[in-house]
Amino acid sequence: MFLSFLLSACATQTAKKIDSQIQGDVYTGTDTVEYLADGVPDRVFFATNESVLTTASRETLRKQAAWLRKNPEVTVVLEGHADERGTREYNLALGERRANAAKDYLMTYGISSSRVSVISYGKERPVDSGSNPLAWSKNRRSVTVKAN
Amino acid sequence: MKNKINLLFLIFLIFYPFKLLALIEVDITRGNLNPLPVAVSSLSSTEDDKKALKKVLDINDLGLEISKIVENNLKKSGLFNPLNKEAFLQKPDIAHLKPRFEDWALIKAQALITGKVNFQDEKLRVEFRLWDVLAGKEMLALAFTTVPKNWRRVGHIITDKVYERLTGEKGYFDTRIIYVSEKGPKTQRVKRLAIMDQDGFNTKYLTLGNELVLTPRFSPTNQMVTYLSYFKNLPRVYLLDIETGIQEVVGDFAGMTFAPRFSPNGKKIIMSFAMDGNSDIYTMDLENRIVERITNHPSIDTSPSYSPDGKYIAFNSDRSGYQQIYVMKSDGTKVKRISFGKGLYGTPVWSPRGDLIAFTKLHKGKFYIGVMRTDGKGERLLTENFYQEAPSWSPNGRVLIFYRETKTDSKGEGFSAKLWSIDLTGYNERLVDTETDASDPSWSSLLSN
Repeated sequence: MFLSFLLSACATQTAKKIDSQIQGDVYTGTDTVEYLADGVPDRVFFATNESVLTTASRETLRKQAAWLRKNPEVTVVLEGHADERGTREYNLALGERRANAAKDYLMTYGISSSRVSVISYGKERPVDSGSNPLAWSKNRRSVTVKAN
Repeated sequence: MKNKINLLFLIFLIFYPFKLLALIEVDITRGNLNPLPVAVSSLSSTEDDKKALKKVLDINDLGLEISKIVENNLKKSGLFNPLNKEAFLQKPDIAHLKPRFEDWALIKAQALITGKVNFQDEKLRVEFRLWDVLAGKEMLALAFTTVPKNWRRVGHIITDKVYERLTGEKGYFDTRIIYVSEKGPKTQRVKRLAIMDQDGFNTKYLTLGNELVLTPRFSPTNQMVTYLSYFKNLPRVYLLDIETGIQEVVGDFAGMTFAPRFSPNGKKIIMSFAMDGNSDIYTMDLENRIVERITNHPSIDTSPSYSPDGKYIAFNSDRSGYQQIYVMKSDGTKVKRISFGKGLYGTPVWSPRGDLIAFTKLHKGKFYIGVMRTDGKGERLLTENFYQEAPSWSPNGRVLIFYRETKTDSKGEGFSAKLWSIDLTGYNERLVDTETDASDPSWSSLLSN
């Protein structure tokens, strides 16, 4: 009885932890995020089948744009990714669409398109090998990678 | 590919009876719950021939090995039940001359296959016969010669001929599968192009795994493969000559090209080209390199597949908001959505018979392989799983091969990708043997006709 109470309490906590890392189907956690510079996260996340930038993503990209303006010699590759819950070819197109959504936003903040290239990996390069909604949310991403 | 090979069919003494109702027939249009009991006798050869063949191929009893290939093929078709050779009463050489039908009826065989292998002038000479045990009649007799190293194909060709005689439709056994061989952890998969016989033998690796490769597809003559390669981190459509190993880029546009397939006459590649967040469908003429844009829409248009007559193209688009299947004329006009069921639809592939489109469907977290008529009606889901996609048709349009991935456990471990096949009837689902993990299968046409 006591044991089962403990177990269920534990399960609820895990569920809460996952909930707090996904909002409206978009990953909001930080455990896969790397930093291009102090305070400049390297990636943004997307909802299933979506390429719309969330408020948090736009904030991340504004930080990236500011960093790029400060470092005019830097060029970047935007790597677009999808989760494993879609057909391979469609996911390649979706990854390209996501990376371009990020690129377009950087351009509206004054970054020249000649400094930004785009590549889609579709579902080929997940960061999390899990088969669950949290893992999938981490994998739906566009990552800005320094190219030089 | 191997069409040039000296597979000279010396069709001799064919006793090809007119459709006599008395002779056995196998209905392949329904799931076959009572596979036809068939005895496949070892192909006989003289002691001298056995010795000579042992020298060349290092196989003790080639006739026995060939008969095992036939048995394995027949069994996997789901339509036949090859009987245990230990129960056979008659010796292979005598059975081939004149079967004692009572003996074969006794072990409940309805069909009997017998044969003979000779080794002459450095060539294999193979003959075989198919017998109707109950009617006591020969149904088919063929002979052909080939080079010894093609000995496995001999078994496949025999199966094709037997299948055709008993079902009335062409077989699919003398064929190859090209696929992506996979290794390594899920986050860092190493992928290589691989090719093998339909039954999993003679695997060859066509790329080294230095760059990511995806979605290989055969040309209609099976000599070329078109696929996506991330060579130099530029995802582009490539062409590979299987015999020579020569590769060239065909989709060298200012962005990603992907989802390639050949046109039915082999003269064009149809593919997607993605730029500035938009994927559309293009063709490239392989002779003059002229590029034509087929779709022009801000949505994702991908996974194009021609109808066998080349007049239409089925493709995948999310112009309605979600992934659905569309059909258009091959010039891009008259676009019509055909998938209207619940869920998302992808990877449409036109059947070689022209009457059906196979697809992948995602609905409520499950993936299905299904078929629908070319107007979208008559949807039938053949198999449901955690993840599966990318059906490819057998050349006779009776079987689909696809790949399936497993769900990983709570630690993210236990991932695997395998090839599976299923009959159009929805029966006879089978794991396809591959040396490594595998995905993105493409089925060749018949190598010999």
